[in-house]
Amino acid sequence: MEPLKPVSATARLLLGIGFFALFIGLWALVTLGGFVQPLFLASPGQALAAGWSLFTEYNFLGDIGMTVWRVLGGFLVAALMAVPLGLMMGAYKPVEAFFEPFISFARYLPASAFIPLLILWAGVGEAQKLSVIILGSVFQIVIMVAVIAGATRIDLVEAAYTLGARQGGILRRVIIPAAAPQVMEALRLVLGWAWTYVIVAELIGAQSGIGHMIMDSQRLLDTGQMIFGIVVIGLIGLVTDLLFKALNRRLFRWASL
Amino acid sequence: MSGGTGAVRGLSIRGLTRTFPGQGRAAPTLALQPTDLDVAPGEFVSILGPSGCGKSTLLRIVAGLDRPTAGGVTLNGRQVTRPGPDRGMVFQSYTLFPWLTVAQNIGFGLRERGLPEGQVRAISEKFIARTGLRGFENHWPRQLSGGMQQRTALARALANDPEILLLDEPFGALDHQTRELMQELLLEVWGSDTPDTRKTVLFVTHDIDEAVFLANRVLVMSARPGRVKAEVPVPLPYPRDWTVKTSPEFATLKARLMAEIREEVRKAALA
Ligand SMILES: Nc1ncnc2c1ncn2[C@@H]1O[C@H](COP(=O)(O)OP(=O)(O)OP(=O)(O)O)[C@@H](O)[C@H]1O
Ligand SMILES: [Mg+2]
Repeated sequence: MEPLKPVSATARLLLGIGFFALFIGLWALVTLGGFVQPLFLASPGQALAAGWSLFTEYNFLGDIGMTVWRVLGGFLVAALMAVPLGLMMGAYKPVEAFFEPFISFARYLPASAFIPLLILWAGVGEAQKLSVIILGSVFQIVIMVAVIAGATRIDLVEAAYTLGARQGGILRRVIIPAAAPQVMEALRLVLGWAWTYVIVAELIGAQSGIGHMIMDSQRLLDTGQMIFGIVVIGLIGLVTDLLFKALNRRLFRWASL
Repeated sequence: MSGGTGAVRGLSIRGLTRTFPGQGRAAPTLALQPTDLDVAPGEFVSILGPSGCGKSTLLRIVAGLDRPTAGGVTLNGRQVTRPGPDRGMVFQSYTLFPWLTVAQNIGFGLRERGLPEGQVRAISEKFIARTGLRGFENHWPRQLSGGMQQRTALARALANDPEILLLDEPFGALDHQTRELMQELLLEVWGSDTPDTRKTVLFVTHDIDEAVFLANRVLVMSARPGRVKAEVPVPLPYPRDWTVKTSPEFATLKARLMAEIREEVRKAALA
């Protein structure tokens, strides 16, 4: 191993799968080997069986659909509000001076701590679930986008000016395209966090969703179902992440050269 | 806007001064002493000087990217107050837009000015051919060598049909051979216009050979705070090719400039 030396695509894939295999192997060892009681931790086989019954008997697909829609809905609303504001803050320093202190404060407010308040304001319906995700994502996106846009190479801006660009052209045809790949990377990161907010939102006062299913399973002490639910969240996260990455590579081929 | 009968044609710099305020308690930096300079239309002027003498500062003020502390610049009678497409610039650092292809980079200024797409294509095409970029139109900047990037930057500046070209050590980061090729290319592109429609050029460099080879006049700047301390006409006829670099006239001019610049470089090093 040499520092910073790249690894081939096959080796990368094999290594990545290797750790999954190791993880599941250890899990199987501690459960099937009798090192922990089945009451506390189901074995991989039990989790799979529980998963099967979730899909066939408990309409788990409906729960998954519900959760995915909440995450994407909340995340999209947050992104639509936050990206334009972040770009304006990055590009125009007075705008940044106006919003930055408040947003830096607001971004440390834990979204989950607002759940009781949000239930009071918005009930336990979808509006409340979406609000949790929006609240948890919006300030993070604003700050990241503002930093990215603010770091636009000044020599590119100057070059554009000498080519005849005006204010609007600088924003639309220099700052935004220059920032776009990193903005998308930031969104990918925040989408990951949005998944953690949605589950928390669903643990309290929800009638559907993966988080709700996990809560229900706890009442029945069904660790197999709980673990299967958690694993499904991880898998969906992994898949959306890969799709997001692929989309970014397609959209911004110039950035990955 | 362009002046009536009495307007001065070409570039006119009067009493141009630039002081940078010091950071915190540091004393302010006088980067440019009051400088006067006149450049006639179609002239190719090299500005030679030691590092830190204010060459970039001078060029940036002419470009409108920096404001003078005192004095001013007029181009064809118009006061320079901000950057504009009448003054094309090529920077020492690579400043192609990485998200645009070579052809799109060259068309950037034309699109900003709202030219119809057909015209943008035709003009870009012309400068792609002139700067030897055929076959690279659809490359991204990151796929190009330094020399190719600077060719594109030159084509991008020229496509706007500026009244003056401001070149700030455009070949400074290139290896020696590529740099010589680029000098010839620049003279070729510049000389492809008729003598009375040639672009006015201000070319900043600290390479004496380059300064003499390109220009019809070389200005030597003093160590910081910069001022024009000597002016050396280059009476070598255009078109020039690399063989002039071996001529005795070239050697004489070079020796003279070397003497001028050595003194300044020593001062700059001791400062
Ligand atoms: N924005 C700035 N703020 C403060 N000082 C500056 C600024 N820009 C330039 N200077 C100072 O002004 C002086 C002249 O700088 P300038 O960049 O014009 O030199 P130069 O002749 O182009 O040098 P080089 O050959 O190294 O490019 C330097 O001492 C530099 O430190
Ligand atoms: Mg410089």
